Amino acid sequence: MQSVVVENISKKYVVKKKATEALSDISFHVDKGEIFGIIGPDGAGKTTLFRILTTLLVADAGKAAVDGFDVVKDYKQIRNRAGYMPGKFSLYQDLSVQENLEFFAAIFNTTIQENYGLIKDIYQQIEPFRTRKAGQLSGGMKQKLALSCALIHKPSVLFLDEPTTGVDAVSRKEFWEMLHRLKREGITILVSTPYMDEASLCDRVALIQKGKILSIDTPKGVTKQFRKPLWAVKANEMYRLMMDIKTDPGVESCYPFGQYHHIVFKNPGDDKKRLEEIIQKGHFTNAEINNIEPNIEDCFMALMKE
Amino acid sequence: MQTEKVITAKNLSKKFGHFVAVDHISFEVNKGEIFGFLGANGAGKTTAMRMLCGLSMPSSGEATVAGFDVYKQTEQIKKNIGYMSQRFSLYEDLTIGENIRFYAGIYGLTDKQIREKSDSLLKELNMQEHKKTLVRELPLGWKQKLAFSIAIVHDPAIVFLDEPTGGVDPITRREFWNLIYEASSNGITVFVTTHYMDEAEYCHRVSIMVDGRIDALGAPASLKKDHAAKTMDEVFLQLARKAVRSE
Repeated sequence: MQSVVVENISKKYVVKKKATEALSDISFHVDKGEIFGIIGPDGAGKTTLFRILTTLLVADAGKAAVDGFDVVKDYKQIRNRAGYMPGKFSLYQDLSVQENLEFFAAIFNTTIQENYGLIKDIYQQIEPFRTRKAGQLSGGMKQKLALSCALIHKPSVLFLDEPTTGVDAVSRKEFWEMLHRLKREGITILVSTPYMDEASLCDRVALIQKGKILSIDTPKGVTKQFRKPLWAVKANEMYRLMMDIKTDPGVESCYPFGQYHHIVFKNPGDDKKRLEEIIQKGHFTNAEINNIEPNIEDCFMALMKE
Repeated sequence: MQTEKVITAKNLSKKFGHFVAVDHISFEVNKGEIFGFLGANGAGKTTAMRMLCGLSMPSSGEATVAGFDVYKQTEQIKKNIGYMSQRFSLYEDLTIGENIRFYAGIYGLTDKQIREKSDSLLKELNMQEHKKTLVRELPLGWKQKLAFSIAIVHDPAIVFLDEPTGGVDPITRREFWNLIYEASSNGITVFVTTHYMDEAEYCHRVSIMVDGRIDALGAPASLKKDHAAKTMDEVFLQLARKAVRSE
C-alpha cells in the first residue's frame, strides 16, 4: 500500500508581483513503512512540499494523498494520522518538557502512557529535564522533544523537515538510528535533509533542486545513473592541483571532496594517463589516482548541471 | 623567521556558575592559516568563539586576537576581525550596493575607500549589474558569497566563519571554499566551524573540542594518522563519542 501519493503538484509564491515557483509539477509515491528522503539544499522546495502534505498549505495544481486521504478534502483525517516535525522549533517555549508532551497527547485525544513504548527510547534521554521550560533546552534536546511530540499520537506517517540541520555528526548518527527503530514499528517516514551523505540511510530518495525533482530511486540506483568514469586524485598541493586540472580543456568537472578531488572527463578514455600528465607537468609529489564509485553528492552535482 | 600568530590562547576558560563551558584551551593560529574549529553540539565552540571575538569575558586564562587582549582590548578586536554566520549576515531589504556601503561605513572606511571597495568587490563577485538588486531576491549561494566578501570588506586580520555553508547546495558549497582559499592566500586568517567533515579536510589545521577541552589539534593528515582513521569523519566520531556531558 502507498502511504503518500503526490501527483503533479505545483506551488507558486507571489511576492510583490514577482512569482517564484517553489514546486513545479512534482510526482512521487512513498510505500508503507518506507524511509523516503527528500534531499536538496535550502530553497529547493522541501518545506513547501511538507506543508502541502501535512495540510497546512494548499497547492496551486495537482493532487496528493496521505494514507489514502486527500490533502484538501480529507484534511482532518490526515491531521489525525500524520506526525509533523517542522524545521523550525515550534513547541511552546514557556511550557515545560512534560507539559508540551501532555499538551500534544491531549490534543490528539490520547495520553503519554498509551503510546509511551513508541517514544520511550527518545523521551528517556530528556526525561531528567522534564520540568525545564522547552525554550531553555539545548538544540539536541529540543529536537528530541519535538520528535516525541510528533510521535505521541502514534502517527502512521511521520514528516520530518530537516531534523538534522546544524546537528553534529555524532547526534546525526544517533538520530538516524532512532528513525530506523521507528521504521520497524511500521511507521512511514518522509525526511528532508540538505546533507547528501544521509541519502544512503534512506530506502529511496528524491533529489530536489529549485522545485524540481532531479532523480528518484534507491541510493544505489541513483549512483548507478552516473554514466562516466569518476576519478579521485590527490597530491601534495591540492589547491594548485585543482587549478591545473580545471585548465585542462578535456576536463568536464573537478570538485574537491575532502582529501581528494573528483574528476570527470568530457570524452572518457585514457583518463588515467591524462591525469598523470597533469601531475607530471605540475611537478606534484605524493600523487594518487583512483577510479572510484560515485556517491550521491557526485550525482547531485552532475544532475544540477544538466 | 617566526610565523606571525594571529590568535594565541593559553588556558582560556569560561565558567557559567559551576558549569565549565570552556576548560583550559590552549592553541595558536598562524597568519593566513585556515583553522577548522570542530566539536559536537554543546562542546563549547560557540562560547570559545564569543570570547575570541571580544563578546564574552573569559573566566580565566589568556588570549590575544590580532595582537589584542581579550580582556582589555575588546573594541580593538572587533575592529580587526570579520564575522559571518548562517544566521546573521546581510540586510534583506537593502540592495547589494547598500549592504556593502553600510558595513564598510560601520567599519569606518572613508567614502573614497567605500567606492573603491564596492567596485572591486562587485567585479570580483561578477555582480556589477545587480548592485541595485535587493538582497532578498538573490539566490542563497549569491547571498553567502556576498556575505563573506562583506565580512572581510575592512581587510581584517582574521575572519570568523560560524557554519558558513549549512544548507547550501554542493556546488555552491565548493565555490564558497574557493573564496576561503583565496582569502587565506591573501594573508587573511580563517577561523571556521562546520558540520561537514569533508570540509575539515580543506583546513590547514583542525582542533576538535570535547566537553570544553581541545582533545585533538593538528593537520588533518596527522590527526588521521594518530587515530588510525581513514577520514576526518572517523576521527571526529572517535573523539566525540568519548564526550561525557550532554548538551
